[in-house]
Amino acid sequence: MSTMATTHRPFRSATAEPLSVRWLLIGFTFAFLIVFLLLPLIVVFVQAFAGGIKAYFAALADPDSLSAIWLTLKTAAIAVLLNTLFGVAAAWLVAKFEFRGKDFLITLIDLPFSVSPVISGMVFVLIFGAQTWLGGWLIDHDIRIIFAQTGLVLATVFVTFPFVARELIPLMQAQGSDEEYAALSLGASGWQTFWLVTLPNIRWGLLYGILLCNARAMGEFGAVSVVSGKIRGASNTMPLHVEVLYQDNKMVAAFAVASLLALLALLTLGLKTFLEWRHGDELAALRGR
Amino acid sequence: MRRYVLGLAMLGAFVGNASAAELLNVSYDPTRELYTQLNEKFAADWKAKNGGEEVTIKQSHGGSSAQSRKIIDGLEADVATLGIASDIDVLADKGLLAADWQQRLPGDSTPYNSTIVLLVRKGNPKGIKDWSDLVKPGIAVITPNPKTSAGARWNFLAAYAYALKQNGNDDAKARAWIGQLYKNVPVLDTGARGSTVTFAQRGLGDVLIAWENEAYLASAEFGADKFDIVVPSSSILAQPPVAVVEKNAKKHGTEKLAEAYLKFLYTPEAQEIVAKNHYRPLDPTVAAKYASSFPKIDLTTIAQFGGWKAAQPKFFGEGGIFDQIYDKK
Repeated sequence: MSTMATTHRPFRSATAEPLSVRWLLIGFTFAFLIVFLLLPLIVVFVQAFAGGIKAYFAALADPDSLSAIWLTLKTAAIAVLLNTLFGVAAAWLVAKFEFRGKDFLITLIDLPFSVSPVISGMVFVLIFGAQTWLGGWLIDHDIRIIFAQTGLVLATVFVTFPFVARELIPLMQAQGSDEEYAALSLGASGWQTFWLVTLPNIRWGLLYGILLCNARAMGEFGAVSVVSGKIRGASNTMPLHVEVLYQDNKMVAAFAVASLLALLALLTLGLKTFLEWRHGDELAALRGR
Repeated sequence: MRRYVLGLAMLGAFVGNASAAELLNVSYDPTRELYTQLNEKFAADWKAKNGGEEVTIKQSHGGSSAQSRKIIDGLEADVATLGIASDIDVLADKGLLAADWQQRLPGDSTPYNSTIVLLVRKGNPKGIKDWSDLVKPGIAVITPNPKTSAGARWNFLAAYAYALKQNGNDDAKARAWIGQLYKNVPVLDTGARGSTVTFAQRGLGDVLIAWENEAYLASAEFGADKFDIVVPSSSILAQPPVAVVEKNAKKHGTEKLAEAYLKFLYTPEAQEIVAKNHYRPLDPTVAAKYASSFPKIDLTTIAQFGGWKAAQPKFFGEGGIFDQIYDKK
């Protein structure tokens, strides 16, 4: 440290680039965002309303579309609930305890990020397909896993597995266990500690993770495409239904459903931004990653 | 408003899993519009003849072999209406229906036929007249993947039969020729409709090898006056068969309904719908009525290749001719 203090360097601002360079970079970034993000979004809505407002709502009110919307919401709700429970439990375990194989567990949690969604779907067909002994037995007993909603939920859970846990682990690690120790030493039970101390501390991070998890769950295509029977009005989720409509050459309907998906994503984005703005301090730990 | 109420009712049915008479028809890719129309007619007929009993027919579409695979993996189709006999043969191999399924219904259990034609961009800018033009350098050919699509296999064999005829039945020369053709294929979609979308919507390729019905549908729906149909000098009689998936129908108690549904496909009114959708009807009276809308082509049949039981492994099995010529890319 002492040697550092004696060397004098000429002061140079971190952003001393000429104005032209700055504007060029800013301009480039904006152009990039407009072309790759804003334009596609606008196209979706323009196409969706190409036939007028009436055609737009008629497309959404079509029984097959309604079924797809409902199925997507149900599947996402179940998957998010399961992954929330799992994510909190896993983050609690990883952040508050030391044990052998912890690194391995964290790697496992991250696995779905590195596996192609198609493979994620395929594994369930390989486990529960009618030609496997387990799948054959289940089908004989009228328990349907793949090509039924259970399969859609399983595939979605697998794909969205890491979202909640990955949000919570750094947050809980940063917070440490001091408050829990204090609660326990004052006589709180394990559940009391969790509900009254841990959960309030992580609530915004948790909500943030749930939002990300939900966005991905509703938008998932690859994995559910493999485990869905693609029966119109029965086992098509919204992303699958968009493909069906697109290939049927029903452009207005395809983009109407797509616009609804986009709206749900925008809603998620809005909530996320609101959370960051309102509870930025508590989420700061997340940004260290 | 009526559609909305209907939608809510269907939602209710979906949630409650109400057990009204229901049939699942797992079909191949281009039959989406055809079966939507046929199902409506059948449901009305059934209701009239069976004391007002409601029947719902659910549809699932995709590449024929991919669909067949889903049925094998547990998608509980009551009837399979696929693009090629071998995709139903594999279901029989797994014990889902009797091995002699193709003798159960008239015309080798094939209520409608089709053939393979070429679709080019309006005015035929690349001057494509016949199969021989497809191997020329700089021509991009769109056709689906023969591993997953039935139409793709008919496409392959239609072209292959032409090559055999041109080369005095010399197998080696025909293979080299078809290898040349597939060098001109930039992308293999999983189903015929995927390829149509690639060609018609995304604007890829100079020529689409397609089911005749799909070519007509594309020129009518994906943009009138955008495409021309080119009828090649020879093609193949493409037979997409139908069958009751007996094991599933038995389990669902839908055997009678499923059989009635497939027999309905042979009735004159169904055959009319078939012809209007540019499939070649089996019924001679309806066929005669619509004769002018189907060009006369010199058609070979799958019998030339020893039937699908022989042709499937030879051409499209693991390490078959398609693998050999496509790997050499």
